[in-house]
Amino acid sequence: MRNNNASYFRRGLRVGIPISLGYMAVAFALGISCKSAGMNALQSGFMSAGMLASAGEYAAVTLIGSCAGALEMITTTIIVNLRYLLMGSALSQKIGPDTPLVHRFLLSYCITDEIFGVCSSVEGNLVPSYAYGCTLISAIGWVAGTVGGVLAGSILPAWLVNALSVALYGMFLAVIIPAARKDRFIAGVVLLSMLSSYLFSAMPVLNRISDGFRIILLTLLIAGAAALIRPIDPDTGKPCVKADKERSSS
Amino acid sequence: MNTWTSLILMIVVIYSVRMLPMILLRRSITNTWLRSFLYYVPYVTLAVMTFPAIIRATESPVAGVAALLVGLVTAWVSGDLFTVAVSCCAAVILTGLFI
Repeated sequence: MRNNNASYFRRGLRVGIPISLGYMAVAFALGISCKSAGMNALQSGFMSAGMLASAGEYAAVTLIGSCAGALEMITTTIIVNLRYLLMGSALSQKIGPDTPLVHRFLLSYCITDEIFGVCSSVEGNLVPSYAYGCTLISAIGWVAGTVGGVLAGSILPAWLVNALSVALYGMFLAVIIPAARKDRFIAGVVLLSMLSSYLFSAMPVLNRISDGFRIILLTLLIAGAAALIRPIDPDTGKPCVKADKERSSS
Repeated sequence: MNTWTSLILMIVVIYSVRMLPMILLRRSITNTWLRSFLYYVPYVTLAVMTFPAIIRATESPVAGVAALLVGLVTAWVSGDLFTVAVSCCAAVILTGLFI
């Protein structure tokens, strides 16, 4: 069992490498914002280690920079990060029933867009060590990037930051596209989600909705409708369709 | 409020947003619609976050489109997170050399 955990932890570390690199690039930009909001390297690093959130931290830096009150800080933080509530709900069902409670508290810290994506893509129940490995290396990149951004805002060449900025989206594609390939209904759901997301970002009025709210709204609408149209089989926890023969991942 | 107090306050709030569903939804949900909804959440959320954001992430939209196409193809063929992420980055660098 211990060996098993160590091997899951190592696999988590490996899958976390691109997340970590992507985080570092994004966090660099965040660190620059921290500095202009008057935060020092220690405070910025503490924030990144404690929050582990991109949009959430940008909002936090803005709030601190504008000397917002406590109530505004609480409400904004809840709204900007509300999608983690949905992700936490989904992840809560992916943890084995015999898992000790302490893992639920620890895994809660690991819920970011990317790590959630990685954890959702594993077959069956999530082994906590896998998430911890992935989170550890990702958090190191995130904190190092933030502190680096504060200390030396423009040390990475622009072309590299530019390239690293798509790494995270590449990971998202690696989660949703293989599932879409196996299952036409999911392919339709993915396509509809992308088109709606584009419409929301391009249409007048709709484009005033913040990114955080757009994600929540579209998730509720599309995943809600998909659940009505094709509910999963209560016994297997998977859709009642004949899936293509699964490819082995090794 | 000073910076440290503000940070601690927001760290506690963001952790609570993540922790509450994990602790409250400890049993397996039996409601079929809700279970189905949660099954589809990652696909919708990740798709919404990827597009059109990937195109706007880079300085030139051409590089973003290249990253998207390369990402779609490599994800279809290999499906390995690391491979797909690195291929997308490479697509941006290569596009930068030609435009």
